[in-house]
Amino acid sequence: MSDAFWIILTGALAASSCGLLGTFLVLRRMSLLGDALSHAVLPGIALAFFLSGSRAVLPMFLGAALAGLCTTLLVEALHRRWRVQEDASIGIVFTAFFALGVVLISAYAGQVDLDQECVLYGEIAYTPWDLLLWKGASLGPRPVWILGGMLLANLLLVGLCYKELVISSFDPAMAVALGINAAAIHYLLMGAVSLTTVAAFESVGAILVVALMIVPGSAAYLWSDRLPAILGLAVGFGVAAAAGGYYLASRWDSSIAGAMVVVQGGIFGVSLLLAPNQGLLARLVQRGRLSLRMAQDHMLLGLVRRAEARSESHWSRLQVHQAGKVPTWLRGLAFRQLRRQGLVAGGAEGYHLTQAGKGEALRLLRGHRLWETYLNCLGLPEDHVHAGADTVEHFLDDQLRQELSAQVAGAQVDPQGKRIPDPGPPLAQG
Amino acid sequence: MLDQTLRFFSLADANVRYVLLGSLLIGGTSGLLGCFGVLRKRSLMGDALAHAALPGVALAFMLTGSKALPVLILGAAISGLLGVLAIQVIVGQTRIKSDAAIGLVLSVFFGLGIVLLTHVQRSGAGNQSGLDKFLFGQAASLVEEDLRVMAWLAAGILAAVVLFFKEFKGLIFDAGFLHASGFPTRLVDLGLMGLIVLTVMVGLQAVGVVLMAAMLITPAVAARFWTERLLTMVWLSALFGSLSGVVGTFVSSLAPRLPTGPVMVLVSTALFAFSALFAPRRGALARWRQHRANVRRETRHHLLRAAVELEERGVRGLGLDQLAVRLGWPQGRVRRWAGRLAREGLIQSVQGRWQLTEAGRQQGAFVVKSHRLWEYYLVHREILAADHVDRPADEVEHLLNPEIITRLEEILQQERQLDITRLGNLHKGESGHRPGGREG
Repeated sequence: MSDAFWIILTGALAASSCGLLGTFLVLRRMSLLGDALSHAVLPGIALAFFLSGSRAVLPMFLGAALAGLCTTLLVEALHRRWRVQEDASIGIVFTAFFALGVVLISAYAGQVDLDQECVLYGEIAYTPWDLLLWKGASLGPRPVWILGGMLLANLLLVGLCYKELVISSFDPAMAVALGINAAAIHYLLMGAVSLTTVAAFESVGAILVVALMIVPGSAAYLWSDRLPAILGLAVGFGVAAAAGGYYLASRWDSSIAGAMVVVQGGIFGVSLLLAPNQGLLARLVQRGRLSLRMAQDHMLLGLVRRAEARSESHWSRLQVHQAGKVPTWLRGLAFRQLRRQGLVAGGAEGYHLTQAGKGEALRLLRGHRLWETYLNCLGLPEDHVHAGADTVEHFLDDQLRQELSAQVAGAQVDPQGKRIPDPGPPLAQG
Repeated sequence: MLDQTLRFFSLADANVRYVLLGSLLIGGTSGLLGCFGVLRKRSLMGDALAHAALPGVALAFMLTGSKALPVLILGAAISGLLGVLAIQVIVGQTRIKSDAAIGLVLSVFFGLGIVLLTHVQRSGAGNQSGLDKFLFGQAASLVEEDLRVMAWLAAGILAAVVLFFKEFKGLIFDAGFLHASGFPTRLVDLGLMGLIVLTVMVGLQAVGVVLMAAMLITPAVAARFWTERLLTMVWLSALFGSLSGVVGTFVSSLAPRLPTGPVMVLVSTALFAFSALFAPRRGALARWRQHRANVRRETRHHLLRAAVELEERGVRGLGLDQLAVRLGWPQGRVRRWAGRLAREGLIQSVQGRWQLTEAGRQQGAFVVKSHRLWEYYLVHREILAADHVDRPADEVEHLLNPEIITRLEEILQQERQLDITRLGNLHKGESGHRPGGREG
């Protein structure tokens, strides 16, 4: 098998086990604790290295678990007993642990093959040569076995505790009410994060592990509302980034683990731009649509108010444009949209509201004035009710208008003494 | 080692002077600004900022080929600010929360920095060693020009903090009030953020991007233990920071490959641990002593009250067994505490039995009065039923001072026409009363 295959496989295994856990960290708003934990296991790993003198897995897992537990407990103690702010206590504890780890490694540098570079970005490039031997036969690279085992363990954790994880992530109060031991779930997750950090440590280093955890989960969270889909996407993104990172790094000679993270950052960037509903582009479109709809409504309202006040029925193009104080850049668009929808029509004597347009405008006006009356009933002075009604009018439907009308006891005039239009015949379009 | 120490502190070597002054500046400015960052609840923003500075350093070097500090710092500042901006866009525009956004930006920028750095190293420009120090810091590499840049930055930061101290204070403690008094809150906030960026840039070379956050957090939180006043906290934090800087630089100079940043962080963590344990009032030791004093006072009160109530019922000399039954304590505990009270002259031993002295009777009577007044108050205000008031009164009796007692008496006299001078036990006869109290 080629080196590239093993390296990508290692990266993919690391990224999927991290992505799986990281999604829960993101959902539970514990990303920073995960960040802290992955830094803080360093002294545990370093001590295990020096004491055992080798890269044996078991001592490293033990050391890391111990350091991870100390971190979690210390952060809790500082926050609860000393009332230090939570983020500050996280910052104090993990930097101290990490500093200790770096000092230990520097002090013993040369005695074991563990150095600052490995801490920072791992040695995934050496994976193909780090073979696991059994009775003289090679079983393939050691990191692949370790990370494969870790992925299996994480899958098992998520599979067995799926329900508990989901409930305690989204609704901690309900979890407690259902008798789920939230603290146990918390520590289980933290333990899994510590161990996964160790498993991935040799390949990607202690700092980039954080990226593998948080970035795919966050990117996936932008694409879907369903947890299984988010988990699947996070793992998929991780695997894709492993392959992409390898090729980026071989193209542009650099650290492979770093390149994996950069590709993940790219995936996140694309998601941030393009994701449906949550993406920046989708938001822009939504916002534009809403602005246009509000502009149309304001234009209709402006026309119907003019008709009411001055008994006009036909207007010039300019007059329609200026009706309802629509922002200048939206006027042309709103006007065209109204004509296309058949709410405003043009003729020889100028533009006028069609039957449908008149109905729609009166419905809006009714909503507006009902809301003003309602606010006034609640005790707001009548010169303060207009602004509120101006925003709410777009979101009232027939049923709400009916309820409002009941609330204000069928009042016929609004606080300024203007008539509230009667409810028109219900329209099929709504 | 002694040689090195002497050489270090005699300041004979110009290089040592630069390094020492540099670490002093770094520790001082980060301690100073860290206070505002921590109190504004932006502790980990500094972490993200420092990590995000790494690609800027590498890019600046790749583009200009220069390793001059001002160039690298400019690159660092730009990419750091981009990182902060990215966090704000993500938090503001999506449902991703700030913790995930900080972690995300921090690690992705750092990954990018690593890619650029390793690329620079492997493309064999031959002079790669210069950029490594930005990871974990190498104070020994500070030269005169670096120091000049740092000194200007530090002076600017200090001047800004002095000038805008009032505004920053307002921002931290009551942003709403600051806004209402006509200050542009957002601008002040941005200014503070900008100063934190500058501080990170000052420390970049000697502390490194990975651990810069600690210099912004740890001294500030340590200083918070010693004082309740912002001004004191600020200079104390700057002092802690400078101390960590100097000691850290010195210790790391003893070993050949020891980076400065981690050692500084460990020193400031030690200062923090010392503060958390020994600071007056807020330290663990002080709080433990306060707690123990409370427990002792409560125990003493319970014993005195038991004695007074037994005397009220006509028991003259008090036996250990009587007191033990009355209090629900083991006899050993009663003996220990009776001995203590005897030494304080509150009770005395008469023919193997205990009797209250005049002082003890007075103190005990006050406790009994507090207890009963509170019980009556709870019952007459209909807060609790008569059979539920004993336990709350047990806890409150230690806290009532003469003013509160007087007020309670007034209330009860006016509203219930109670004869305060003859306040009996609310529980008629034997109430099976067992004053609680923790082991002390």
